[in-house]
Amino acid sequence: MGSRSFVSKLRDGDEIARLVTFIFAGSVVLITLLLVFELWRESYLPRHKFGFGFFVTSVWDPIFDKFGALPFIYGTMVTAGVALLIAVPLGIGAAIFLAELAPARVSDTLQFFIDLLAAVPSVIYGLLGVFIVIPVMRQYIQPALKNSLGFLPFFQGPAYGVGFLTAGMVLAIMVIPYIISVSREVLISVPRDQREAALALGATRWESTWKVVLPFARTGIMGSIFLALARALGETMAVTMVIGNTPTISASLFSPGYSIAAVIANEFTEATGDLYLQSLIELGLVLFLLTFLLNGMARLLIVVTSQRGSGMGQA
Amino acid sequence: MSRRLRWRKFVSHFMLTMTGLCALVATAVLFFILGYLVYHGGTSISWNFFTKLPAPVGETGGGMANAIVGSAKLLLLACLLGVPIGFFGAIYLAEFSGGTIAFVVRYAADLLNGVPSIVIGIFAYSLVVLPFKHFSTLAGGFALGLMMIPITLRSTEEFLRAVPRALREGAMALGASQWKTIASVVVPAAYRGILTAILLAFARVAGETAPLLFTAFGNRFWSPGWDQPTASLPVMIFTYAIAPYEDWHRQAWAAGLVLLGLILIINIIARVILSRGVAIPRT
Repeated sequence: MGSRSFVSKLRDGDEIARLVTFIFAGSVVLITLLLVFELWRESYLPRHKFGFGFFVTSVWDPIFDKFGALPFIYGTMVTAGVALLIAVPLGIGAAIFLAELAPARVSDTLQFFIDLLAAVPSVIYGLLGVFIVIPVMRQYIQPALKNSLGFLPFFQGPAYGVGFLTAGMVLAIMVIPYIISVSREVLISVPRDQREAALALGATRWESTWKVVLPFARTGIMGSIFLALARALGETMAVTMVIGNTPTISASLFSPGYSIAAVIANEFTEATGDLYLQSLIELGLVLFLLTFLLNGMARLLIVVTSQRGSGMGQA
Repeated sequence: MSRRLRWRKFVSHFMLTMTGLCALVATAVLFFILGYLVYHGGTSISWNFFTKLPAPVGETGGGMANAIVGSAKLLLLACLLGVPIGFFGAIYLAEFSGGTIAFVVRYAADLLNGVPSIVIGIFAYSLVVLPFKHFSTLAGGFALGLMMIPITLRSTEEFLRAVPRALREGAMALGASQWKTIASVVVPAAYRGILTAILLAFARVAGETAPLLFTAFGNRFWSPGWDQPTASLPVMIFTYAIAPYEDWHRQAWAAGLVLLGLILIINIIARVILSRGVAIPRT
């Protein structure tokens, strides 16, 4: 009898522990649901008033209560696009070096530095952007681009230093660590036999990497790119500090622009009137949905690749 | 050796060298950032920076004592919210989880982890700032705490799962109940990993600026208690960097150096703790 009640007490202890930890775990779900709900509820006015027009009109006029998000969406897309154009080749190149060439010791050390780079807060990137990247862009890079590629519409107009190109470059530096870390993991998970088979057939080291390893890891690397894109879209401080904060749509990358995150950061505390504030919140909702989709796809791709890699390794 | 083979070998060497260059450029950025901050921040930093309030606009001198204390208070609140939820939630996921619920919790955590920090700021604004009708330390700490949850949760879970099954079974075989096994065997076995997870989450939110802009806001004076707007180091760097005063720029560099130093040191400590605790058979 005594031992049974002792056992049941223990069981009760387990049940209590399970319940307590469940409450903590469940609160994560609640918080996330609440976040989505709040964003949806607090953006009722502009959704109701502007509907889909919110995304395709480009007038942002708080005085006359007209809000169109097109310049911000454009700015976000363009800066993220520029960032990926620079970051993807660089990041994948570095990942190939770390996974395929470097000895484990060197690879781990470099990865350690890359991890530290990923830990640098975005406001620090912004600080360096304001005082280093902007002057360098204005004095050297933008004039050089104009002289060599000025016939393209992307590289025309006055060189202010701030603008799409500068923001894209700063973003590129910020997302490179993510591309490297994830791509490196994916490349390492490619089974050894694949490389050895290619080399045995007489492929050079590069050919085995380019024609065998990379195609094998393709989906995972795509995942790392989506991850980087999601980061680039949501990045706030560094972009706010270097993009110029002018709602313009221009083919020229030298032109100052504005991004979704930047306009929220700059105008949220000054937003007078419910429609103004809620328009900014709707922009936040857009940003949330974009990153939600991209992160989901990224995770799926990475999981698929690493499973395929381990599955083939066992076979 | 045929011309074709020579060409292929050349391409191979060339491209592989290029990948090395990519890796070099990527790591060089870190040292460039560090070097520049030490160079600029080092010359601007002084004792006053840590002990004085910001000088009135237009005057030179002053420091960021209030922002340092403000950041400390915000991070304390963040830990109070983020660590328990992350830690106990992870225990549920790793030890008690039933399939579907665990999947939902993990999914929610990953979703929360991917939310842009500025959107977290909006959320904290509508949840804490609006009801109280003013910016506060509390709201800022809440926003940062939210960001700590998914990072702590997911990595703690990983480390708990890495504890060998045999340890759990050994404790159970000795008659320990499940929670006793967790509390006295599993968690102690994983404590280095858990500490690392918490430190990394802390370092991550320590530099966050965007969620503080409209929750903690800013303050040029001391912020008494918890329900007043407060200054914080990251927001100070932002406002000082985009301001037109030369002296503020110097202070932004100093603050940047202090912040980055803190974050990098925590990161390094976290990784040292981890590498000494777990035998990683590499090299």
